[in-house]
Amino acid sequence: MKKLLKYLKKYRKDTYLTIIYAVLETLAQCFIPFVTASMIKSIQNGEGLDKLLNYSTILFICCVLALIFGGALGIHSSIASVGFSYNLRKEMFENIQKFSFQNIDKFNTSSLVTRMTSDISNVQMAFMMIIKTAVKSPLMVIFSLVMSFILSKELSMAFIITLPFLVAIFTFITLKAMPLFQKVFKKYDDLNAGIQENIRGIRVVKGFVRENYEINKFDLASKSIYKLFSKAETLVSAVDPTTTLVININIVLILYFGSYLLINDPQTQINVGILSTLVLYGIQMVFNIMMLIMVYVMIVIAYESSKRILEILSEKSTLDENLDGVTEVKNGDISFKNVCFKYNDKAQNYALKNINLEIKSGEVIGILGSTGSSKTTLIQLINRLYDVSAGSVMVGGVDVRDYNLKILRDNVAIVLQKNILFSGSIKENLKFGNENATDEEIIEVCRLAQAHQFIESTSNGYDTLLNQGGSNLSGGQKQRLCIARALLKKPKILILDDSTSALDNKTDNLLRNSLKNYLPEVTKIIVSQRISSIQDSDKIIIMNNGEVIDFGNHQELLSRSDIYRSTYDNQQKGASYEEK
Amino acid sequence: MKKNKNALIRLFKMLFKMFPKRISLILICTTLSSIVVGMPSVFMQKLYSLIETNAGWEKLSSSVLKIIIIIICIYILHNSMNFYAKRKTALITQEFLYKLRQMMFDSMQRSEVAYFDKNQVGDIMSVYTNDIDTLRQIISQSLPQLFLSIVVVTTNFVIMLYYSFYLALVVLVGLFILVLVVKKVGAKSGQYFKQQQAHIGKLESYIEENLSGLKVVKVFNYEDRAFKNFEKLNSDLLNSSVNANIKANIIQPIAFNVVNFIYIAIALFGWLFIHYKVQNVSFSNLAFSISITIPFLNVTRQVAGNVNAIVGQLNYIMMASAGAERIFKLLDEKSEIDDGDVSLVIKDNQRFWKVGNDYVLLKGDVEFKDVSFGYDENKDVIKNINIYANYGQKVALVGATGSGKTTIINLINRFYDVKSGSITFDGIDVRRIKKSDLRKLIGVVLQDVHLFNGTVMDNIRYGRLDASDEECIEAAKSVSADDFIQRLPQGYQTIIKENGSNLSQGQKQLLSIARCKVSNPLVMILDEATSSIDTQTELLVQNGMDNLMNERTVFVIAHRLSTIKNSDVIMVIDKGEIVERGNHQKLIENRGMYYRLYTGDFNLE
Repeated sequence: MKKLLKYLKKYRKDTYLTIIYAVLETLAQCFIPFVTASMIKSIQNGEGLDKLLNYSTILFICCVLALIFGGALGIHSSIASVGFSYNLRKEMFENIQKFSFQNIDKFNTSSLVTRMTSDISNVQMAFMMIIKTAVKSPLMVIFSLVMSFILSKELSMAFIITLPFLVAIFTFITLKAMPLFQKVFKKYDDLNAGIQENIRGIRVVKGFVRENYEINKFDLASKSIYKLFSKAETLVSAVDPTTTLVININIVLILYFGSYLLINDPQTQINVGILSTLVLYGIQMVFNIMMLIMVYVMIVIAYESSKRILEILSEKSTLDENLDGVTEVKNGDISFKNVCFKYNDKAQNYALKNINLEIKSGEVIGILGSTGSSKTTLIQLINRLYDVSAGSVMVGGVDVRDYNLKILRDNVAIVLQKNILFSGSIKENLKFGNENATDEEIIEVCRLAQAHQFIESTSNGYDTLLNQGGSNLSGGQKQRLCIARALLKKPKILILDDSTSALDNKTDNLLRNSLKNYLPEVTKIIVSQRISSIQDSDKIIIMNNGEVIDFGNHQELLSRSDIYRSTYDNQQKGASYEEK
Repeated sequence: MKKNKNALIRLFKMLFKMFPKRISLILICTTLSSIVVGMPSVFMQKLYSLIETNAGWEKLSSSVLKIIIIIICIYILHNSMNFYAKRKTALITQEFLYKLRQMMFDSMQRSEVAYFDKNQVGDIMSVYTNDIDTLRQIISQSLPQLFLSIVVVTTNFVIMLYYSFYLALVVLVGLFILVLVVKKVGAKSGQYFKQQQAHIGKLESYIEENLSGLKVVKVFNYEDRAFKNFEKLNSDLLNSSVNANIKANIIQPIAFNVVNFIYIAIALFGWLFIHYKVQNVSFSNLAFSISITIPFLNVTRQVAGNVNAIVGQLNYIMMASAGAERIFKLLDEKSEIDDGDVSLVIKDNQRFWKVGNDYVLLKGDVEFKDVSFGYDENKDVIKNINIYANYGQKVALVGATGSGKTTIINLINRFYDVKSGSITFDGIDVRRIKKSDLRKLIGVVLQDVHLFNGTVMDNIRYGRLDASDEECIEAAKSVSADDFIQRLPQGYQTIIKENGSNLSQGQKQLLSIARCKVSNPLVMILDEATSSIDTQTELLVQNGMDNLMNERTVFVIAHRLSTIKNSDVIMVIDKGEIVERGNHQKLIENRGMYYRLYTGDFNLE
């Protein structure tokens, strides 16, 4: 929690002001019962109106001051806590944007989202409570105690006797209940994850007639939460009656000894007014001790959250952006020299082993290999989504690590296997690739990507709105939009990672031809399961188990590679007419 | 707002119906405890006047003691009632939420698939999380507090009247001002809170979208622009949230100090009344004196504090009732109607359909007769479709995305019902068959595989819960999934996370085929089930699939024509209509749409 405080920045001032106002408000508030007591005393003594008016004025001023300080406290505490969470969110988002793929792989998306939403709001709440209450409540307790002692030493002893009991009971309840609550929160997350899974998979559930099974599963999880929660709540429900009990004991003690003193000792300073004021102070003290316990609970809850937030804030990107690096990519040459790669240092197996490749600018390269043969890994090294573990990857004759990262990625466009479109219009999505693109440029790349026709046929053409993830488009339409988006960057190297799998052969063909004819100088790398998508390539890379086992053109491979030949035969069987 | 009120009333009714005895007891206890809570001040007043008599301790001690003992008794009564009520309320809240959650989930499980198609996952989830949370708040805190405060205010007001009508009037005026102020500031803060909620929603969906597409963001160097967009949303939230919080935070000092002002007013008026010997009007007929003013001041504090609480809770309850409404909407969701009277029975080791008193042998023939259907009333997705598939046949459906293939699956296992025409299973209309029996006979493997949290073994067993480990492994072997499963860190005991994010798409498809195999369905529907499996593996799977398909009726939907070539019948669907049918040989000879598809002459999209 402490470490987070440095992100307060310009809201530090409001935080200090909050604390100052909290002290001032407490002072004003503590005087109120004190003045009230004097006032009652003056009424009792039958003093004149002028005295009473004096007291009332003082009391009124106290109240107005308390109101002003309280208002200021409310304002500054709001600004400080909301500003704090604003800053945290901003810093987190900024840092996450800097994450490398390796960083991203480490945290999963849903956990990142929780950290940026509910964890931050937990911290914000706790922070507000702390700056408001953590100062105010102990002060209130101390002031109340001091004031009661000033009013009557003897009677104040009642507090000294009862308060420790109260603190002990509260501490006991809190210590008992906290672990239960923590367990409940954990189970809550599991339950929600279960519900979400069920909703997403409802067709499977219904298809297998598993409704009752799912209901039982849910019941089990839900019941364990119910049991834990009941236990915790039973404990907590004792807090309020216990508090009243202690107040009551206080009042009884004060009343009894107070009456005794009043009646027995005519010399006593005590009067009825003081008696009732003491009762008030007692209530105030107990109330503030309860607030403190609540703050403690908030801190415990927020502690976990702040730990999770810090984890993100302190996560350093594993990639250096190299802002002073080379700013021009000369051409689309690519070469791999003794490249080895593993996803993290602890991994035992290399995902890529000793890769050596030379690719000339403007060539069309196909990559074929079974699931899990590291095709995707190989291409992700070219635009530095990951850095090699050994060896080097060169683009345009320069080691990729020597480029300014932004320049490199602008020049090496990759269409990822897992395509994602964002909510917004088709045009906005395309401009993702290049925000300054003109309408003509956009239409041109869409024609190249065979997307223009279907875009035109949608209700609003290029202004048609897409749902999140582009769920209102078919798989093939999404893929073509993603390719167009990449083309808009006018890259020197274009990589399609299994990005045409949902296209039929004809469209796939048209797409490849237009890329070949209209962008001859761009190096094109095509990863595919389909032989027909890559067989016209200048060269084809065959991968297996993280190694390049062959590299040649269609004819060469047909004659020398068993894997290639069997895949080819197998796919041809299904589509012998395609050749005609 | 009216709707919300109805939801609240319904909520109260539901609560009361569930726990009639306990709630009555709680209400009685709360009422009693809050009535007696004001009583000590009456006795304190007695004590004070006793003291004022200035008689000696010997004379007074017994009466003082008596009063103190009465006060102690009242406290004991109050505390035990309070303790009981608090505890029971906490327990009832939890039990209610548990039951409610159960009802919600139950209702959700029984809802039509259409419900899930119409609502987004996030929206449904928020009913389970946010709305339930607010309900917990209402039931365990707001409602009891509200009830308690009302009782306290009422009893204390009676006590006030017992002392003095005039002073009570002063309090009343003060309270009126208090309510006015709180309402005014509260309404403003409510507005800002609404705005804040809207901004939170926008910001959170932006974060979610950005983070799930983070890799794409990086690939396109979009980080700076993303940050700019985010920054705008973040500052919007900052503004509305500062406003909302300030308004909420200053209500407290305002209310607190208005109470103090009332307090001062009472002290002043009290003095004036005493001083000018104003004739008191009250139930007690006591004259104005210091022993009236002081307890009156205490009562004032209690009443004002509780009026404060009522106003606060009312605002909160109104805001939270929107959640109750959403919960009821889920509870009221139309459940799937299953009026099927035909069920599956086993007789002489053979399975029969029991139709009335007749038995029809289960064969596995499926027939579509003039079937039309549309998700919208006035737009048909499929039109006049006729398909027949006899037991052992493999029927392939070919067509572009959106041509209605998936709809046909939705109709066979009755996720949706036909609009006109009929689908029959062994000659029996599927609408007459019990849904659970029907669906158990049909196995569906979808392109988008859904796996559950749990081990690989659990996921395969999802197909048939009583399948043994051996049967599951056998199934995995038969569809060539055993190989990759063995290579997973813990083999069959490997935990699958987040819908199988640790598996490749192809591996997930293999698992889902194994799952289907275990369930041993009579009719199988494969919807692009092997699209992400590489050709090498598909070849292996194909062998398994072939013998999997042997003794069943099979519907296959696929893009890759190689997958469907050996089907008995191929139906080409275009814009919801069957435009061609026949086997591969025949369709090729026809030189129609299929031929053009096959030769790559025709665009499927």
